[in-house]
Amino acid sequence: MHIVICIKQVPDSAQIRVHPVTNTIMRQGVPTIINPYDLFALEEALRLRDAYGGEVTVLTMGPPMAEDALRKALGYGADRAVLLTDRYFAGSDTLATSFALSQAIAKVGETFGTPDIVFTGKQTIDGDTAQVGPGIAKRLDLLQLTYVAKIASVDLDAREIKVERRSEGGTQMLKSRLPCLITMLEGTNEIRRGSLKDALCAARTRVLKWSAADAGIEDLTKCGLRGSPTVVKRVFAPTARAEKAVQIDTAEKILRDIADELIAAIFTRQPALEHELAFNGGA
Amino acid sequence: MSTANRETPRPAAGRAGIKKELPERFKDYRHVWVFIELERGQVHPVSFELLGEGRKLADKLQVQLAGVVLGPPGEAIGSAVAEAFAYGADLVYIVEAPLLADYRNEPFTKAMTDLVDTHKPEILLLGATTLGRDLAGSVATTLQTGLTADCTELDVDTDGSLAATRPTFGGSLLCTIYTLNYRPQMATVRPRVMPMPQRADKPVGRVIRQKLSAAEDEIVTKVLGFLPDNQSAKANLAYADVVVAGGLGLGAAENLQLVKNLARAIGAEHGCSRPLVQKGWMPADRQIGQTGKTIRPKLYIAAGISGAIQHRVGVEGADLIVAINTDPNAPIFDFAHLGIVTDAIRFLPALTEAFTRRLSPHSRDKLAS
Repeated sequence: MHIVICIKQVPDSAQIRVHPVTNTIMRQGVPTIINPYDLFALEEALRLRDAYGGEVTVLTMGPPMAEDALRKALGYGADRAVLLTDRYFAGSDTLATSFALSQAIAKVGETFGTPDIVFTGKQTIDGDTAQVGPGIAKRLDLLQLTYVAKIASVDLDAREIKVERRSEGGTQMLKSRLPCLITMLEGTNEIRRGSLKDALCAARTRVLKWSAADAGIEDLTKCGLRGSPTVVKRVFAPTARAEKAVQIDTAEKILRDIADELIAAIFTRQPALEHELAFNGGA
Repeated sequence: MSTANRETPRPAAGRAGIKKELPERFKDYRHVWVFIELERGQVHPVSFELLGEGRKLADKLQVQLAGVVLGPPGEAIGSAVAEAFAYGADLVYIVEAPLLADYRNEPFTKAMTDLVDTHKPEILLLGATTLGRDLAGSVATTLQTGLTADCTELDVDTDGSLAATRPTFGGSLLCTIYTLNYRPQMATVRPRVMPMPQRADKPVGRVIRQKLSAAEDEIVTKVLGFLPDNQSAKANLAYADVVVAGGLGLGAAENLQLVKNLARAIGAEHGCSRPLVQKGWMPADRQIGQTGKTIRPKLYIAAGISGAIQHRVGVEGADLIVAINTDPNAPIFDFAHLGIVTDAIRFLPALTEAFTRRLSPHSRDKLAS
């Protein structure tokens, strides 16, 4: 089977740099990692490949330095890596990103065989939108299985897949068909330590660098800022609240008295709570 | 309906070269829609929170607020429609079909995009639940329009555009996002970010039905079963009235028991900040903050939590925030209402004991006599 997994290189820290004029995020100088949620998807892809044979292609869109993330993925055991990088992609929102990635996945399919499954993490830790996966699925007309906690079975002959999908308040058991797109939940598996063989292979494997043209993208108006219906107009810091917390004095008091004082302060501010807590509590 | 101020759109400030030039085909897009999330017969409360927010936007724009109900024939649709009116909708669109019984992406996307194409809303809001996010991404891509995830504030600009504000980079910054040249303008909002509006008993108003142009045999994905979460194990943080949470200041995983003990004594839910989930001390569904749950309790007690911006975003809606931390300079004291500079590990047992004493029936009898 052929599996394509989309990963994203994300800033490791809360260090923020925002371009003062364009209001876009500046990534230079910030340490980067593979989006942690993507690692669960990568592990699942590698497990399926190990069980059923085939290849895992890892794909990312980003600046040239995103090659580092692909190298790491190769180190875990991915077979092939494609970096989609072009200045035309700069400033892409989720719709433009899903367009570029879907075009690249189609090109990967033409070149190396149509993927049976496309994986993404459930969301990224920088954008946090969970929109790119569904966007890719729609563009490629793939069946979409989001928030998958477990792949119960894959039947390559019948082209059938069964998954457990998290929803509000429970788990849905779904049967669907290949090819499909899966966004993988966190905590579903533990990412392997790459083997020495994988590390040697990774060192020898060339990361394919594709421009928009290489990926077969003809309509550049669908890429980058021009292809993004959403526009970031303002980036700003949250306003600080005027007053700080009222401190309960703890000096020279026993804990019991401090606790009584705190509780009195709570019920002075929220008188209705006292009855509710007495009713709810085990007290 | 006055649209005078929207027929002379002013060019948007900000990013160079980006102006509002709404194409002709979008000019008759009107009204605000809220997706009423119905899954297995239950309306998700986030839908009512969105109706409250949608009402404000519709009033500002002087347009109507509509609810959208997608589901199988049966009583659930009727009560969802009645509730939509009770929480402020002027009209409700319904697509009623057996194949909308359980949530599946394919028929729900089809139903929603058909409704949008036919009735042309200018704003479409959905809850950022697993269902809402799954659906919103597909609908926005199908319609080739903008979608802003997890908004914390929605407003209407002077030219009538939706200004959607959301945290970016873990909540350390906020950004305001516009969808200038495409319609509808779509946004998702997490449960509990917006306050629950007042419910008013109102008769069911205008209802517009649309048929679903899909049949079960065209839908590839089948639901084999559903396993509901164990009610006792399920964290109901988002809708809890009282929440007690622990952070790294508790020092060790076993000290979380102190948080649980206090929570049990006062009938509260317990939770934690992000580092504790990363350490594996508590499951992810107990995490409070930007990447976890947004809470809106009447009382929130944060023990040993420093109050990083990521956490702040998730608890700001609480009526009363009590912070217990050894560090007087911890950022949590900047947004808590009551603070105690002390060691939570020592203080929590005393607080639990004091609450128990104060709330016990015996002491209440004494108070009454």
